[in-house]
Formats: sequence, structure tokens, C-alpha cells
Amino acid sequence: MKAFRNPALAFLIMLLIGLVINFGFNSYLQLMTLFILINCVMAISLNLVNGYTGQFSLGHAGFMAIGAYTSAYVSTKWAIFPPSLSLFNFLLSTILSGCVAAAFGFLVGQPSLKLKGDYLAIVTLGFGEIIRSAFINLEFLGGARGYSGIPNLPTIPGIDAGRLMTYLYCSFWLLVTFVVIWRICHSSHGRAFLSIREDDVAAEAMGINSTKVKVRAFLISSFFAGVAGSLFAFVNNFITPNSFSLILSINAVIMVVLGGMGSLTGSLAAAFIVTLLPEALRSVQEVTGVDLRMVIYSLTLIIVMIVRPEGLFGKKEIPDFWRKYVRRSS
Amino acid sequence: MEEFFQHILNGVNLGSIYALIALGYTMVYGILQMINFAHSDVYMVGAFTAYYVAKWFGIENHPGLSTLITLMLVSMVVCSVLGVLIERLAYKPLRKAPKINVLITAIGVSLFLQYTGQVVFGADPKVFPDIMTDAEIFNIGSLTIKIFDVTVLGVSLFAMLALHFLIQHTKVGKAMRAVSQNAAVARMLGINTDRIITFTFIVGSSLAAIGSILVGMKYPKIDPLMGTMIGLKAFVAAVLGGIGNIMGAVIGGLIMGLSEEMVSGYLSSSYRDALAFGILIAILLYRPAGLLGKYTAEKV
Repeated sequence: MKAFRNPALAFLIMLLIGLVINFGFNSYLQLMTLFILINCVMAISLNLVNGYTGQFSLGHAGFMAIGAYTSAYVSTKWAIFPPSLSLFNFLLSTILSGCVAAAFGFLVGQPSLKLKGDYLAIVTLGFGEIIRSAFINLEFLGGARGYSGIPNLPTIPGIDAGRLMTYLYCSFWLLVTFVVIWRICHSSHGRAFLSIREDDVAAEAMGINSTKVKVRAFLISSFFAGVAGSLFAFVNNFITPNSFSLILSINAVIMVVLGGMGSLTGSLAAAFIVTLLPEALRSVQEVTGVDLRMVIYSLTLIIVMIVRPEGLFGKKEIPDFWRKYVRRSS
Repeated sequence: MEEFFQHILNGVNLGSIYALIALGYTMVYGILQMINFAHSDVYMVGAFTAYYVAKWFGIENHPGLSTLITLMLVSMVVCSVLGVLIERLAYKPLRKAPKINVLITAIGVSLFLQYTGQVVFGADPKVFPDIMTDAEIFNIGSLTIKIFDVTVLGVSLFAMLALHFLIQHTKVGKAMRAVSQNAAVARMLGINTDRIITFTFIVGSSLAAIGSILVGMKYPKIDPLMGTMIGLKAFVAAVLGGIGNIMGAVIGGLIMGLSEEMVSGYLSSSYRDALAFGILIAILLYRPAGLLGKYTAEKV
């Protein structure tokens, strides 16, 4: 039971934050919070492949699209549990989304993870674009018009201003993602991932089947990308193939690199910054009159890459900084 | 049957434009081992330069060969300056950084150019000026050959031959080949690698400028995001032929153009983009180094 103590504590803190946001913030900020949570799931899951295993994937949006469409289809067409237990329907569809995305991750990863470096990036990029144009051509999933009418999560009567349940659901999945990936990365499997990042020839020599381990990392990562896609579908209630264009994959990579490759808490912080920066720059727009938000955003990206190539936190986690501080002061 | 030949003609046209842009990707990759994502936006800037220069010089309504050449030269110069600036300011500080950082920086530069373009030029599409008048030259059966087709083919063929001459028969071309084979040894032999890299960016950006004007002439609608898709496809073409290989880029471009034209002619045009990436994945899985690329085993 000890293993569940920290996650349960974290969930309680998230619940408190959620209550504050529910009562104190307007609906625009509530929506931004939800996007931050989704981006956190996306960034952490990509970090497993890009950061820990050192394989460069540019197709994360493709897996998110698969997850989002699976969830959309399952939650509108199937009703396994009665309406009083509708939360389980959502849970089921999210898990199913993850599984479908993981299956695709296996199919894509098995042949392409034999490739290295830039080539893998190109294959995954191509995969993302193929998925997008497949969804444009699939008429029973709405085609280019998109899929609308995805149900909202049920609300908690009395205290819910509308999105508290969605917030809790997203927080729950964020915690699951974080704990699972954290525990994997700090187990012997995680050491295998790290050894491949540092030197895959040496890892092979030490008896690690590098393709197999890479596929494993890719599969777990695409499972959680599917989960992120599912959350995306439930938050927006409407998805189109173009919600999952290359720019979304690029955003995910930006979060991972900005936070530091191989730093999960860094990814969380970066997801926070990357989601909020364009919104925070809206006030700049009022001063200049033209929309310079994205110009500043891309410029920030270039400057961070040149000035601090290892990302904000490098390979360290945020508690590492804190621990260092505590040790010095005692 | 005539329809088939018409598709071939269109495909070769499209393919030669892809090839021009793919050359820029492949040359930079050959020398720096990086994917220059900003290349497609340099191409976009080329088209807009031509648009504004034609307006300022008042030659947007004087179609003819002299207009074509003037606009091409001006936009080649502007694109070269932009390419060199990008290389100096964004890529040079990262010469020794890990690959992923360079890639992210390239994406950042690409986004920067796109969004700056939207602020400066406006996000709405613009109509490219008439720089040539299109007319049928001759017919073979129902196959019509138009001035645009001949111009596109002629200009791109000329550019490619010039590039071939530059790389194979001049001193600077020899230096470029040396740097792409082994930069460290090239530096040891007295080649100023930084200057060669700058020169590569100049050549690549100029080719992109030529491509942008040919595209603008043939499909006269330009907007700040016009580079994204054509850039991706040109890049696929470069990988298809074997990235880093000049001849490969040309062949890859032609294959891409032809297959795309055939799919949209005989199947459905909505599968066009999926096809491009399908080809890419197939080639990478079965022949990772591309059609003409050499596969080098990794030495420990």
C-alpha cells in the first residue's frame, strides 16, 4: 500500500486545486487548466521515447488521433454500462483508446525502430500524416467534417460549476501516466531504456535486445498518447482530423525538449509553460495591435535551444534541485 | 492513352519543381547532417519577394521572359541572404549541439518565418502576378503542350545542369563534396568549412527561390503557409532518392511528382498526401538509405 501513498496524496492536492479552480476561476481559465493536463499527459508519454530511450518520434499526434477517434466512436455508439454508471463508460473508452493506439504503436514501431535518428523521425512524421489523411477519408468517422457530439463527462450535482468532473478525470489519468512511467523509468526496464539512449551498441553487447526494448518503450508511449487523445476528445466534444496535424506533434516534442529530455517533472513544467505562453502573450497583442504571439513563441524556442540546449531541467527532476538545497542547508 | 501522356507531362512538371526544392534539403543534409525545416519557408519568402518586387517595379502586368528572369534574380538574392542569415544566427551556434536540438531549432525557425510572414504579408492568400502568358504551343492528338510546361521544364533543367556543373567541375564544388564526405578531414586540408556551409545555403536557397517562382507562375495563389506541404513532399523526395545525394533528389522528385499525378488522375486526389508518405515509409523500411544512397555500416 505504501506505493499508493504519494499518488493518493497528489490526487488530494489536485482535488483541492480543482475545487479552487472550480469556484474561483472563470470558464476560460478552467478550459486552459484542462488543456494543461492533457498536454502534460502528452509530454510525459513522449518523454519516455524521446527522452529516456533517445529515439526521436515526430508522430505523437497520430497516436493521439487514433485515441481520440476510438473514444469518440466508443462513447457515442456503445453504451455498456447503464446511465447511472456512465463514468465507467468513459473509463472503458479511454482504456480502449490507449489499447488501440498501443496496437498501432506496435505495428509502426516493430519495423521502423530498426532505423536510427533522423530516419525514425521521418517515418513517424509520415505515419502521423498518413493517419490524418486516413481519417479525412473515413466517412463513417465524419471524414474531413470531423466527429461531433462526443458526450461530456457527468457533473457532480451541487458543487460542480461544469467541468470539475472532467478536471478530476484528466488529473486521474495524468497521475496514472506519471506514476506508471516514473516507476518504469526507475526499474530495470528503465535502465535498459537509458542504456539504449547512451549507447545502443554497448547496450546490445550487455545483452539487451535493443529493438525489442525500443518497441516496448514505443508501445507504452503510444498507449498514453491514446489516453491523451481520448481526454482531448472528451474535453473538446468535437474533433477533426486537422486537430492532429504535424504542429501538435511538434508541440509535444517542444515540451519534451524544453523541459529536458529525460526529466518527467521537467516535461510537466514545460507543458505548463508551452500551453500558457501563447495565452499570456495575448496582453502583448493589445499593446502592439498585431498578433505577435506566435512570433515571440517561436523566437523563444530558438533562443532557449541556443542558450540552454539541455532544456530547462536537463536530466534532473525538480525534486533533485529541492533535495540538493535541503542537504546544503542542514 | 492521350490522357495518360498528359498525366505524365504534368507529373514531370510537378516533379521537377519538387526536385528543385528537394535539392536544397539534400545539400544541407549532405553537409551538416541536419534536416533544414526552414527551407520550405525560405521558398515561401521567395514567392512573396517576387510578388512585392513585381508590384514596386510595376512589372506585374508585363508578362514575358525578361520579367521572369528579373523576378527570379531578385528573389534568388533575397532568399540567399535569408538562408545565410538563418545559418549564421540559428544553426551556427549549435554546430556541436546534439542533433535533436538542431532539429528543434530548425522547426523553430520555420515557425518563426511562417508566423512573421502572416504578420508582415497578411494571412490571406494573394494572387501571384502574371509573369508569363500561357498559351498552347502545339498539340499531339489531344495532348497539349503549353508555354508554362516548357518554361518550368526548361528553367528547372537549366538550374539542375548548372548545379551539376558547379558541384562536379568547379573548385568550390569539389570543396563541397569534400566537406560532405568528411568535414574534419576537409578542414585539415585547408578548406574553410564555414564558408562552404554558407555557400551551400546560398545555392539551396536560390534553388528554392527558382522553385517558388515556377510554382507561383503555374498555381498563382500564394500565402504564408504555402511552403509546409510542398516542403514536406520535397523532403520526402530527397529521402526517397537517398538524402545527401544530388542525383537522388532529382530522381526522387520526379517519382514523387509522377506518382502523385497518377494517383490524383486515376484514383482520388484526397489520397495524394497519404501516398507521398506511404512511399516514404515503404522505401525507408526496405531500403533505408534511399534509392541511390549508400548504406554505411556503423563502426564501433
